[in-house]
Amino acid sequence: MTVLPNAAGVGFKPQHFAAIRETAARIGFFEVHAENYMGAGGLPHAQLTALRADFPISLHGVGLSIGGAGPLDADHLARLRALIDRYQPESFSEHLAWSSHGAEYLNDLLPLPYTGETLAIVCDHVDAVQQALGRRMLLENPATCVLFAQSTIPEVDFLSEISRRTGCGLLLDINNVFVSASNHRTDPRAYLADFPMDRVGEIHLGGHDSEDLPSGPLLIDTHGSPVADPVWTLYAEVIARIGPRPTLVEWDNDLPDWPVLAAEADRAQAILDGGGQGLARAS
Amino acid sequence: MAGGRALPAHPDFTARFAAGLRDGILPPGLTAKMPDEAARRFAVYRNNVAIGLIDALAARFPVIRRLLGEDFFRAMARVFAETHRPRSPVLLDWGADLPGFLETFPPLAAHPYLADIARIEHARGLAFHAADRPPLLPAALAGADPSRLRLCLHPSVQVLRLAHPAVSIWAANQPGRDPGGPFPPAAETALILRDTRFDVPVAAIGPGDAALVEALRTGAPLTAAAHRAATAQPAHDPQPILVRLMQAGALITPGRTDDETPDPQPEPGACPCSE
Repeated sequence: MTVLPNAAGVGFKPQHFAAIRETAARIGFFEVHAENYMGAGGLPHAQLTALRADFPISLHGVGLSIGGAGPLDADHLARLRALIDRYQPESFSEHLAWSSHGAEYLNDLLPLPYTGETLAIVCDHVDAVQQALGRRMLLENPATCVLFAQSTIPEVDFLSEISRRTGCGLLLDINNVFVSASNHRTDPRAYLADFPMDRVGEIHLGGHDSEDLPSGPLLIDTHGSPVADPVWTLYAEVIARIGPRPTLVEWDNDLPDWPVLAAEADRAQAILDGGGQGLARAS
Repeated sequence: MAGGRALPAHPDFTARFAAGLRDGILPPGLTAKMPDEAARRFAVYRNNVAIGLIDALAARFPVIRRLLGEDFFRAMARVFAETHRPRSPVLLDWGADLPGFLETFPPLAAHPYLADIARIEHARGLAFHAADRPPLLPAALAGADPSRLRLCLHPSVQVLRLAHPAVSIWAANQPGRDPGGPFPPAAETALILRDTRFDVPVAAIGPGDAALVEALRTGAPLTAAAHRAATAQPAHDPQPILVRLMQAGALITPGRTDDETPDPQPEPGACPCSE
Protein backbone atom coordinates (compact mmCIF):
# COMPACT_ATOMS: atom_id res chain seq x y z
CA MET A 1 0.00 0.00 0.00
CA THR A 2 1.27 3.45 -0.88
CA VAL A 3 1.36 6.20 1.72
CA LEU A 4 0.76 9.93 1.68
CA PRO A 5 3.75 11.95 0.48
CA ASN A 6 5.77 13.98 2.97
CA ALA A 7 4.26 17.12 1.48
CA ALA A 8 1.61 19.72 2.20
CA GLY A 9 -2.00 18.96 1.33
CA VAL A 10 -5.34 20.64 1.89
CA GLY A 11 -8.86 19.63 2.71
CA PHE A 12 -10.87 19.47 -0.50
CA LYS A 13 -14.01 21.58 -0.83
CA PRO A 14 -16.25 21.39 -3.92
CA GLN A 15 -16.22 25.20 -4.20
CA HIS A 16 -12.51 25.00 -5.05
CA PHE A 17 -12.76 22.27 -7.68
CA ALA A 18 -12.52 24.49 -10.75
CA ALA A 19 -9.58 26.48 -9.37
CA ILE A 20 -7.80 23.29 -8.32
CA ARG A 21 -8.08 21.84 -11.81
CA GLU A 22 -6.25 24.86 -13.19
CA THR A 23 -3.60 25.48 -10.58
CA ALA A 24 -3.11 22.63 -8.14
CA ALA A 25 -0.08 20.83 -9.43
CA ARG A 26 1.83 21.94 -6.34
CA ILE A 27 -0.59 20.39 -3.82
CA GLY A 28 0.83 17.23 -2.28
CA PHE A 29 -2.50 15.53 -1.53
CA PHE A 30 -6.16 16.18 -0.83
CA GLU A 31 -8.12 15.07 2.19
CA VAL A 32 -11.88 14.52 2.06
CA HIS A 33 -14.43 13.83 4.75
CA ALA A 34 -15.65 10.32 4.10
CA GLU A 35 -19.26 11.04 5.04
CA ASN A 36 -19.60 13.60 2.23
CA TYR A 37 -19.01 10.84 -0.33
CA MET A 38 -21.52 8.33 0.96
CA GLY A 39 -24.24 9.26 -1.50
CA ALA A 40 -24.75 6.83 -4.38
CA GLY A 41 -23.47 9.04 -7.20
CA GLY A 42 -23.55 12.49 -8.75
CA LEU A 43 -21.18 15.45 -8.59
CA PRO A 44 -19.31 14.49 -5.36
CA HIS A 45 -18.15 11.20 -6.85
CA ALA A 46 -17.39 12.79 -10.22
CA GLN A 47 -15.14 15.34 -8.50
CA LEU A 48 -13.44 12.82 -6.23
CA THR A 49 -12.83 10.51 -9.18
CA ALA A 50 -11.16 13.38 -11.04
CA LEU A 51 -9.04 14.32 -8.00
CA ARG A 52 -8.09 10.70 -7.37
CA ALA A 53 -6.68 10.47 -10.89
CA ASP A 54 -4.21 13.31 -10.22
CA PHE A 55 -3.46 13.35 -6.49
CA PRO A 56 -2.90 11.16 -3.45
CA ILE A 57 -6.06 11.05 -1.34
CA SER A 58 -6.52 10.96 2.42
CA LEU A 59 -9.93 9.71 3.56
CA HIS A 60 -10.85 11.30 6.88
CA GLY A 61 -13.86 10.00 8.78
CA VAL A 62 -15.87 12.09 11.21
CA GLY A 63 -18.75 9.73 12.02
CA LEU A 64 -17.44 6.41 13.33
CA SER A 65 -17.76 7.34 17.02
CA ILE A 66 -14.69 5.34 17.97
CA GLY A 67 -14.83 6.73 21.49
CA GLY A 68 -18.46 5.76 21.99
CA ALA A 69 -19.59 3.13 24.46
CA GLY A 70 -21.55 0.93 22.11
CA PRO A 71 -20.35 -1.26 19.25
CA LEU A 72 -19.36 0.47 16.03
CA ASP A 73 -22.05 1.01 13.38
CA ALA A 74 -21.63 -1.96 11.02
CA ASP A 75 -23.47 -0.18 8.22
CA HIS A 76 -21.12 2.77 8.50
CA LEU A 77 -18.06 0.52 8.46
CA ALA A 78 -19.44 -1.12 5.32
CA ARG A 79 -19.90 2.29 3.69
CA LEU A 80 -16.31 3.19 4.56
CA ARG A 81 -15.06 -0.11 3.16
CA ALA A 82 -16.92 0.53 -0.08
CA LEU A 83 -15.36 4.01 -0.39
CA ILE A 84 -11.90 2.63 0.31
CA ASP A 85 -12.35 -0.15 -2.24
CA ARG A 86 -13.52 2.37 -4.82
CA TYR A 87 -10.95 5.13 -4.33
CA GLN A 88 -7.99 3.29 -2.76
CA PRO A 89 -6.96 6.28 -0.63
CA GLU A 90 -3.37 6.45 0.62
CA SER A 91 -4.62 6.98 4.18
CA PHE A 92 -7.69 6.53 6.36
CA SER A 93 -7.99 8.43 9.62
CA GLU A 94 -10.58 9.02 12.35
CA HIS A 95 -10.84 10.73 15.70
CA LEU A 96 -10.39 9.93 19.37
CA ALA A 97 -13.92 11.13 20.09
CA TRP A 98 -17.52 10.00 19.98
CA SER A 99 -20.36 11.36 17.88
CA SER A 100 -23.27 8.93 18.13
CA HIS A 101 -25.36 7.80 21.06
CA GLY A 102 -27.70 4.91 20.52
CA ALA A 103 -29.31 5.51 17.15
CA GLU A 104 -28.76 9.27 17.30
CA TYR A 105 -25.96 10.97 15.41
CA LEU A 106 -24.86 14.14 17.22
CA ASN A 107 -22.69 15.63 14.47
CA ASP A 108 -19.85 16.76 16.73
CA LEU A 109 -16.59 15.27 18.00
CA LEU A 110 -17.34 14.80 21.69
CA PRO A 111 -14.75 14.21 24.43
CA LEU A 112 -14.34 11.14 26.61
CA PRO A 113 -12.67 10.38 29.94
CA TYR A 114 -9.36 8.54 29.71
CA THR A 115 -9.62 5.45 31.92
CA GLY A 116 -8.68 1.79 31.75
CA GLU A 117 -12.25 1.08 30.71
CA THR A 118 -12.34 3.59 27.84
CA LEU A 119 -8.84 2.54 26.74
CA ALA A 120 -10.09 -1.01 26.30
CA ILE A 121 -13.19 0.16 24.45
CA VAL A 122 -11.27 2.39 22.05
CA CYS A 123 -8.69 -0.34 21.37
CA ASP A 124 -11.51 -2.80 20.57
CA HIS A 125 -13.03 -0.25 18.22
CA VAL A 126 -9.74 0.51 16.46
CA ASP A 127 -9.16 -3.23 16.06
CA ALA A 128 -12.64 -3.56 14.57
CA VAL A 129 -12.04 -0.68 12.14
CA GLN A 130 -8.71 -2.02 10.96
CA GLN A 131 -10.18 -5.48 10.50
CA ALA A 132 -13.26 -4.24 8.64
CA LEU A 133 -11.26 -1.93 6.38
CA GLY A 134 -8.36 -4.30 5.88
CA ARG A 135 -5.80 -1.62 6.59
CA ARG A 136 -4.01 0.34 9.28
CA MET A 137 -5.74 3.53 10.34
CA LEU A 138 -4.54 6.78 11.89
CA LEU A 139 -6.20 8.05 15.08
CA GLU A 140 -6.32 11.82 15.68
CA ASN A 141 -5.78 13.61 18.99
CA PRO A 142 -8.80 15.76 19.90
CA ALA A 143 -9.24 19.43 20.69
CA THR A 144 -11.06 19.62 24.02
CA CYS A 145 -12.36 22.36 26.26
CA VAL A 146 -13.36 20.26 29.29
CA LEU A 147 -11.65 17.76 31.59
CA PHE A 148 -13.09 14.74 33.43
CA ALA A 149 -12.52 13.97 37.08
CA GLN A 150 -12.62 10.25 36.32
CA SER A 151 -9.70 10.43 33.86
CA THR A 152 -6.69 8.52 35.14
CA ILE A 153 -4.50 8.41 32.03
CA PRO A 154 -2.84 11.43 30.37
CA GLU A 155 -4.02 11.89 26.79
CA VAL A 156 -0.60 11.27 25.25
CA ASP A 157 -0.22 8.03 27.20
CA PHE A 158 -3.75 7.04 26.19
CA LEU A 159 -2.96 7.56 22.49
CA SER A 160 0.44 5.86 22.80
CA GLU A 161 -1.11 2.81 24.38
CA ILE A 162 -3.84 2.58 21.72
CA SER A 163 -1.19 2.73 19.03
CA ARG A 164 0.95 0.13 20.80
CA ARG A 165 -1.92 -2.30 21.37
CA THR A 166 -3.65 -1.98 17.99
CA GLY A 167 -0.79 -1.09 15.69
CA CYS A 168 -2.66 1.98 14.45
CA GLY A 169 -0.79 5.10 13.47
CA LEU A 170 -1.52 8.53 14.89
CA LEU A 171 -2.65 11.74 13.25
CA LEU A 172 -1.04 14.59 15.15
CA ASP A 173 -3.26 17.67 14.96
CA ILE A 174 -1.00 20.46 16.18
CA ASN A 175 -3.82 22.98 16.23
CA ASN A 176 -5.72 20.60 18.51
CA VAL A 177 -2.65 20.29 20.75
CA PHE A 178 -2.44 24.06 21.00
CA VAL A 179 -6.19 24.50 21.56
CA SER A 180 -6.37 21.85 24.28
CA ALA A 181 -3.23 23.02 26.05
CA SER A 182 -4.44 26.60 26.00
CA ASN A 183 -7.88 25.58 27.29
CA HIS A 184 -6.44 23.46 30.09
CA ARG A 185 -3.67 26.00 30.87
CA THR A 186 -0.96 23.44 30.16
CA ASP A 187 2.19 23.50 28.01
CA PRO A 188 1.75 22.32 24.41
CA ARG A 189 5.51 21.69 24.16
CA ALA A 190 5.33 19.25 27.06
CA TYR A 191 2.55 17.40 25.24
CA LEU A 192 4.54 17.33 22.01
CA ALA A 193 7.70 16.25 23.83
CA ASP A 194 5.87 13.16 25.10
CA PHE A 195 3.98 12.41 21.89
CA PRO A 196 5.09 9.14 20.20
CA MET A 197 6.32 10.81 17.02
CA ASP A 198 7.40 7.52 15.46
CA ARG A 199 3.70 6.66 15.14
CA VAL A 200 2.73 9.88 13.35
CA GLY A 201 1.51 9.25 9.79
CA GLU A 202 0.04 12.70 9.19
CA ILE A 203 -0.05 16.16 10.74
CA HIS A 204 -3.05 18.46 10.74
CA LEU A 205 -2.94 22.26 10.91
CA GLY A 206 -6.00 24.48 11.07
CA GLY A 207 -7.46 27.68 12.41
CA HIS A 208 -9.24 28.20 15.71
CA ASP A 209 -11.54 30.76 17.26
CA SER A 210 -11.39 32.32 20.72
CA GLU A 211 -13.82 33.38 23.43
CA ASP A 212 -13.07 35.04 26.75
CA LEU A 213 -13.63 33.24 30.04
CA PRO A 214 -12.81 34.68 33.49
CA SER A 215 -9.69 32.52 33.69
CA GLY A 216 -8.52 33.43 30.19
CA PRO A 217 -9.23 32.53 26.58
CA LEU A 218 -11.29 29.54 25.53
CA LEU A 219 -10.18 28.29 22.12
CA ILE A 220 -12.47 26.41 19.76
CA ASP A 221 -11.18 24.49 16.74
CA THR A 222 -13.51 26.04 14.18
CA HIS A 223 -11.29 25.52 11.10
CA GLY A 224 -12.65 28.80 9.81
CA SER A 225 -9.52 30.98 9.67
CA PRO A 226 -5.80 30.85 8.85
CA VAL A 227 -3.49 28.71 10.97
CA ALA A 228 -2.46 30.77 14.00
CA ASP A 229 1.16 31.89 14.37
CA PRO A 230 1.84 29.90 17.59
CA VAL A 231 0.63 26.77 15.78
CA TRP A 232 3.00 27.45 12.89
CA THR A 233 5.82 27.79 15.41
CA LEU A 234 4.98 24.50 17.09
CA TYR A 235 4.72 22.84 13.68
CA ALA A 236 8.14 24.07 12.62
CA GLU A 237 9.60 22.79 15.88
CA VAL A 238 8.05 19.36 15.33
CA ILE A 239 9.31 19.14 11.74
CA ALA A 240 12.79 20.22 12.84
CA ARG A 241 12.73 17.44 15.41
CA ILE A 242 11.17 14.52 13.47
CA GLY A 243 11.65 15.40 9.80
CA PRO A 244 8.97 15.84 7.15
CA ARG A 245 5.53 14.30 7.48
CA PRO A 246 2.40 14.53 5.31
CA THR A 247 0.82 17.80 6.48
CA LEU A 248 -2.75 18.90 5.93
CA VAL A 249 -4.20 22.40 6.20
CA GLU A 250 -7.86 22.14 7.25
CA TRP A 251 -10.31 24.92 6.44
CA ASP A 252 -13.92 23.79 6.77
CA ASN A 253 -15.97 26.93 7.54
CA ASP A 254 -16.04 30.48 6.14
CA LEU A 255 -14.15 29.14 3.15
CA PRO A 256 -11.62 31.48 1.54
CA ASP A 257 -10.93 31.67 -2.17
CA TRP A 258 -8.58 28.98 -3.38
CA PRO A 259 -5.43 31.15 -3.52
CA VAL A 260 -5.71 31.88 0.21
CA LEU A 261 -5.92 28.19 1.09
CA ALA A 262 -3.18 27.33 -1.39
CA ALA A 263 -0.96 29.95 0.27
CA GLU A 264 -1.45 28.20 3.62
CA ALA A 265 -0.31 24.96 2.00
CA ASP A 266 2.67 26.78 0.50
CA ARG A 267 3.65 27.97 3.96
CA ALA A 268 3.51 24.42 5.30
CA GLN A 269 5.50 23.19 2.30
CA ALA A 270 8.16 25.84 2.92
CA ILE A 271 8.56 24.59 6.48
CA LEU A 272 8.80 21.00 5.25
CA ASP A 273 11.36 22.01 2.61
CA GLY A 274 13.38 23.93 5.17
CA GLY A 275 13.44 21.08 7.68
CA GLY A 276 11.53 23.21 10.13
CA GLN A 277 13.67 26.23 9.37
CA GLY A 278 11.32 27.72 6.77
CA LEU A 279 9.11 29.56 9.20
CA ALA A 280 10.74 32.97 9.02
CA ARG A 281 11.06 32.84 5.25
CA ALA A 282 7.41 31.92 4.77
CA SER A 283 5.97 34.33 7.28
CA MET B 1 -18.29 12.42 44.13
CA ALA B 2 -19.30 12.01 47.74
CA GLY B 3 -19.41 8.79 49.70
CA GLY B 4 -16.85 6.97 47.59
CA ARG B 5 -19.49 6.13 45.00
CA ALA B 6 -17.87 4.86 41.82
CA LEU B 7 -17.94 7.29 38.94
CA PRO B 8 -20.16 6.13 36.09
CA ALA B 9 -18.85 3.77 33.52
CA HIS B 10 -18.70 4.75 29.87
CA PRO B 11 -22.23 3.77 28.70
CA ASP B 12 -23.74 5.78 31.51
CA PHE B 13 -21.32 8.65 30.91
CA THR B 14 -22.19 8.95 27.23
CA ALA B 15 -25.92 8.64 27.96
CA ARG B 16 -25.75 11.47 30.49
CA PHE B 17 -23.54 13.58 28.24
CA ALA B 18 -26.00 13.12 25.34
CA ALA B 19 -28.92 14.01 27.62
CA GLY B 20 -27.03 17.06 28.84
CA LEU B 21 -26.63 18.31 25.28
CA ARG B 22 -30.42 18.79 25.37
CA ASP B 23 -31.16 19.73 28.98
CA GLY B 24 -27.90 21.42 29.97
CA ILE B 25 -27.31 19.20 33.01
CA LEU B 26 -23.57 18.63 33.33
CA PRO B 27 -22.39 15.05 32.74
CA PRO B 28 -20.80 13.46 35.82
CA GLY B 29 -17.15 14.25 36.32
CA LEU B 30 -17.05 17.05 33.75
CA THR B 31 -14.75 19.76 35.04
CA ALA B 32 -12.11 22.28 34.06
CA LYS B 33 -8.93 23.81 35.40
CA MET B 34 -11.21 26.41 37.00
CA PRO B 35 -14.14 24.11 37.90
CA ASP B 36 -16.66 26.94 38.08
CA GLU B 37 -16.21 27.36 34.32
CA ALA B 38 -17.38 23.81 33.61
CA ALA B 39 -20.91 24.78 32.60
CA ARG B 40 -19.67 27.52 30.27
CA ARG B 41 -17.30 25.06 28.63
CA PHE B 42 -19.92 22.31 28.32
CA ALA B 43 -22.10 24.88 26.55
CA VAL B 44 -19.54 24.91 23.72
CA TYR B 45 -20.45 21.30 22.93
CA ARG B 46 -24.18 22.00 23.26
CA ASN B 47 -23.78 24.88 20.86
CA ASN B 48 -21.60 22.94 18.40
CA VAL B 49 -24.13 20.12 18.15
CA ALA B 50 -27.02 22.51 17.59
CA ILE B 51 -25.19 24.74 15.09
CA GLY B 52 -23.78 21.80 13.17
CA LEU B 53 -27.24 20.34 12.64
CA ILE B 54 -28.84 23.72 11.90
CA ASP B 55 -26.18 24.43 9.28
CA ALA B 56 -26.69 21.00 7.73
CA LEU B 57 -30.40 21.70 7.44
CA ALA B 58 -29.78 25.18 6.05
CA ALA B 59 -27.60 23.73 3.30
CA ARG B 60 -30.33 21.31 2.25
CA PHE B 61 -33.32 23.70 2.49
CA PRO B 62 -32.13 27.07 1.14
CA VAL B 63 -35.57 28.24 -0.04
CA ILE B 64 -37.22 27.38 3.29
CA ARG B 65 -34.43 29.41 4.88
CA ARG B 66 -35.02 32.34 2.56
CA LEU B 67 -38.79 32.27 3.06
CA LEU B 68 -38.55 32.11 6.86
CA GLY B 69 -35.66 34.51 7.26
CA GLU B 70 -32.42 33.65 9.04
CA ASP B 71 -33.57 34.06 12.65
CA PHE B 72 -36.85 32.22 12.27
CA PHE B 73 -35.21 29.46 10.24
CA ARG B 74 -32.51 28.85 12.83
CA ALA B 75 -35.02 28.80 15.68
CA MET B 76 -37.21 26.36 13.78
CA ALA B 77 -34.23 24.22 12.76
CA ARG B 78 -33.06 24.04 16.36
CA VAL B 79 -36.42 22.61 17.43
CA PHE B 80 -36.41 20.18 14.51
CA ALA B 81 -32.85 19.04 15.25
CA GLU B 82 -33.66 18.38 18.89
CA THR B 83 -36.79 16.40 18.06
CA HIS B 84 -35.55 14.66 14.89
CA ARG B 85 -31.92 13.79 15.50
CA PRO B 86 -30.15 12.23 12.51
CA ARG B 87 -30.15 8.43 12.65
CA SER B 88 -26.95 8.11 10.63
CA PRO B 89 -23.59 9.87 10.33
CA VAL B 90 -24.47 10.38 6.67
CA LEU B 91 -26.33 13.68 6.73
CA LEU B 92 -26.84 13.83 2.96
CA ASP B 93 -30.46 12.72 3.23
CA TRP B 94 -31.29 14.00 6.71
CA GLY B 95 -34.42 16.14 6.68
CA ALA B 96 -36.93 13.73 5.13
CA ASP B 97 -39.16 14.48 8.12
CA LEU B 98 -38.99 18.25 7.71
CA PRO B 99 -42.12 18.57 5.48
CA GLY B 100 -44.25 16.74 8.03
CA PHE B 101 -42.68 18.76 10.84
CA LEU B 102 -43.49 22.05 9.10
CA GLU B 103 -47.11 20.97 8.58
CA THR B 104 -47.58 20.58 12.32
CA PHE B 105 -45.28 23.35 13.62
CA PRO B 106 -47.79 25.73 15.25
CA PRO B 107 -45.96 29.00 14.46
CA LEU B 108 -46.24 28.14 10.74
CA ALA B 109 -49.86 27.01 10.70
CA ALA B 110 -50.79 29.92 8.42
CA HIS B 111 -48.24 28.85 5.78
CA PRO B 112 -49.19 25.34 4.69
CA TYR B 113 -47.30 25.63 1.37
CA LEU B 114 -43.98 25.48 3.21
CA ALA B 115 -44.23 21.70 3.56
CA ASP B 116 -44.46 21.40 -0.23
CA ILE B 117 -41.41 23.63 -0.66
CA ALA B 118 -39.56 21.35 1.75
CA ARG B 119 -40.69 18.31 -0.27
CA ILE B 120 -39.15 19.86 -3.38
CA GLU B 121 -35.89 20.67 -1.60
CA HIS B 122 -35.63 17.20 -0.06
CA ALA B 123 -36.28 15.59 -3.45
CA ARG B 124 -33.57 17.78 -5.00
CA GLY B 125 -31.12 16.48 -2.41
CA LEU B 126 -32.03 12.90 -3.25
CA ALA B 127 -31.63 13.63 -6.96
CA PHE B 128 -28.25 15.32 -6.42
CA HIS B 129 -26.86 12.20 -4.74
CA ALA B 130 -28.75 9.57 -6.78
CA ALA B 131 -26.79 6.77 -8.41
CA ASP B 132 -25.05 7.34 -11.73
CA ARG B 133 -26.48 5.61 -14.80
CA PRO B 134 -25.34 5.98 -18.43
CA PRO B 135 -27.81 7.97 -20.55
CA LEU B 136 -29.77 6.31 -23.30
CA LEU B 137 -28.35 6.99 -26.74
CA PRO B 138 -30.93 8.06 -29.32
CA ALA B 139 -29.65 5.37 -31.69
CA ALA B 140 -30.91 2.76 -29.24
CA LEU B 141 -34.47 3.75 -30.12
CA ALA B 142 -34.08 3.36 -33.86
CA GLY B 143 -36.58 0.87 -35.20
CA ALA B 144 -37.96 0.06 -31.77
CA ASP B 145 -41.58 -1.13 -31.50
CA PRO B 146 -43.27 1.44 -29.18
CA SER B 147 -45.82 -1.13 -28.01
CA ARG B 148 -42.99 -3.21 -26.56
CA LEU B 149 -40.38 -0.53 -25.83
CA ARG B 150 -39.84 0.26 -22.17
CA LEU B 151 -37.89 3.39 -21.38
CA CYS B 152 -35.93 3.41 -18.13
CA LEU B 153 -35.80 6.51 -15.96
CA HIS B 154 -32.66 7.71 -14.23
CA PRO B 155 -32.89 7.08 -10.46
CA SER B 156 -32.86 10.86 -9.85
CA VAL B 157 -36.20 11.36 -11.63
CA GLN B 158 -39.09 12.16 -9.27
CA VAL B 159 -42.63 13.43 -9.76
CA LEU B 160 -44.14 15.29 -6.81
CA ARG B 161 -47.86 16.04 -6.78
CA LEU B 162 -48.20 19.10 -4.58
CA ALA B 163 -51.30 20.74 -3.14
CA HIS B 164 -49.85 24.25 -3.35
CA PRO B 165 -48.16 26.36 -6.08
CA ALA B 166 -44.85 25.29 -4.60
CA VAL B 167 -42.91 25.01 -7.85
CA SER B 168 -43.77 28.64 -8.67
CA ILE B 169 -42.82 29.80 -5.19
CA TRP B 170 -39.62 27.74 -5.25
CA ALA B 171 -38.62 29.20 -8.62
CA ALA B 172 -39.37 32.77 -7.51
CA ASN B 173 -37.15 32.35 -4.47
CA GLN B 174 -33.93 31.34 -6.15
CA PRO B 175 -30.88 33.46 -5.30
CA GLY B 176 -31.01 36.88 -6.91
CA ARG B 177 -34.67 36.65 -7.86
CA ASP B 178 -37.47 38.84 -6.64
CA PRO B 179 -39.89 36.56 -4.81
CA GLY B 180 -42.80 38.21 -6.61
CA GLY B 181 -46.23 36.82 -5.93
CA PRO B 182 -48.96 36.65 -4.91
CA PHE B 183 -49.37 33.00 -5.86
CA PRO B 184 -53.03 32.06 -6.29
CA PRO B 185 -53.97 28.74 -4.71
CA ALA B 186 -53.33 25.95 -7.22
CA ALA B 187 -52.06 22.42 -7.12
CA GLU B 188 -48.78 21.88 -9.00
CA THR B 189 -46.84 18.83 -10.08
CA ALA B 190 -43.06 19.00 -9.95
CA LEU B 191 -40.64 17.11 -12.17
CA ILE B 192 -37.25 16.84 -10.51
CA LEU B 193 -34.18 15.24 -12.02
CA ARG B 194 -30.42 15.56 -12.18
CA ASP B 195 -29.15 16.49 -15.62
CA THR B 196 -25.86 15.60 -17.25
CA ARG B 197 -24.20 18.75 -15.83
CA PHE B 198 -25.21 17.67 -12.30
CA ASP B 199 -27.76 20.49 -12.06
CA VAL B 200 -31.09 19.60 -10.45
CA PRO B 201 -33.78 21.71 -12.14
CA VAL B 202 -37.38 21.77 -10.91
CA ALA B 203 -40.17 22.09 -13.48
CA ALA B 204 -43.94 22.30 -13.20
CA ILE B 205 -45.48 19.74 -15.54
CA GLY B 206 -49.03 19.07 -16.65
CA PRO B 207 -51.17 16.03 -15.88
CA GLY B 208 -50.29 14.25 -19.13
CA ASP B 209 -46.52 14.57 -18.63
CA ALA B 210 -46.89 13.51 -15.01
CA ALA B 211 -48.92 10.43 -15.91
CA LEU B 212 -46.42 9.49 -18.61
CA VAL B 213 -43.38 9.74 -16.32
CA GLU B 214 -45.14 7.86 -13.56
CA ALA B 215 -46.16 5.12 -16.00
CA LEU B 216 -42.57 4.80 -17.25
CA ARG B 217 -41.48 4.53 -13.64
CA THR B 218 -43.72 1.51 -13.17
CA GLY B 219 -42.18 -0.16 -16.20
CA ALA B 220 -45.08 0.37 -18.60
CA PRO B 221 -44.25 0.07 -22.32
CA LEU B 222 -44.13 3.38 -24.16
CA THR B 223 -47.49 2.93 -25.91
CA ALA B 224 -49.25 2.09 -22.66
CA ALA B 225 -47.58 5.05 -20.91
CA ALA B 226 -48.69 7.40 -23.69
CA HIS B 227 -52.23 6.01 -23.38
CA ARG B 228 -52.27 6.77 -19.65
CA ALA B 229 -50.99 10.27 -20.40
CA ALA B 230 -53.80 10.83 -22.92
CA THR B 231 -56.32 9.59 -20.36
CA ALA B 232 -55.00 12.09 -17.82
CA GLN B 233 -54.86 14.89 -20.40
CA PRO B 234 -56.80 14.49 -23.65
CA ALA B 235 -54.76 14.99 -26.83
CA HIS B 236 -51.51 14.88 -24.84
CA ASP B 237 -48.41 14.84 -27.04
CA PRO B 238 -45.73 12.67 -25.39
CA GLN B 239 -42.89 13.83 -27.60
CA PRO B 240 -41.85 17.07 -25.81
CA ILE B 241 -41.47 15.44 -22.39
CA LEU B 242 -39.61 12.48 -23.89
CA VAL B 243 -37.21 14.81 -25.68
CA ARG B 244 -36.74 16.79 -22.51
CA LEU B 245 -35.99 13.65 -20.49
CA MET B 246 -33.56 12.36 -23.07
CA GLN B 247 -31.72 15.68 -23.37
CA ALA B 248 -31.31 15.74 -19.60
CA GLY B 249 -29.89 12.23 -19.52
CA ALA B 250 -32.94 11.13 -17.56
CA LEU B 251 -33.62 8.20 -19.88
CA ILE B 252 -30.94 5.63 -19.27
CA THR B 253 -29.33 2.68 -20.92
CA PRO B 254 -31.18 -0.52 -20.03
CA GLY B 255 -29.89 -3.32 -17.93
CA ARG B 256 -28.08 -1.32 -15.28
CA THR B 257 -30.86 -0.30 -12.91
CA ASP B 258 -31.64 -1.90 -9.61
CA ASP B 259 -34.44 0.27 -8.34
CA GLU B 260 -37.16 -0.13 -10.96
CA THR B 261 -40.47 -1.63 -10.01
CA PRO B 262 -40.55 -5.04 -11.65
CA ASP B 263 -43.26 -5.55 -14.24
CA PRO B 264 -45.98 -7.79 -12.88
CA GLN B 265 -46.33 -9.60 -16.22
CA PRO B 266 -42.97 -9.31 -17.95
CA GLU B 267 -42.84 -9.89 -21.65
CA PRO B 268 -39.75 -11.89 -22.51
CA GLY B 269 -37.12 -9.71 -24.03
CA ALA B 270 -39.27 -6.61 -23.88
CA CYS B 271 -38.28 -5.07 -20.56
CA PRO B 272 -34.99 -3.25 -20.87
CA CYS B 273 -35.09 -2.14 -17.25
CA SER B 274 -34.69 -5.58 -15.76
CA GLU B 275 -31.44 -7.24 -14.64
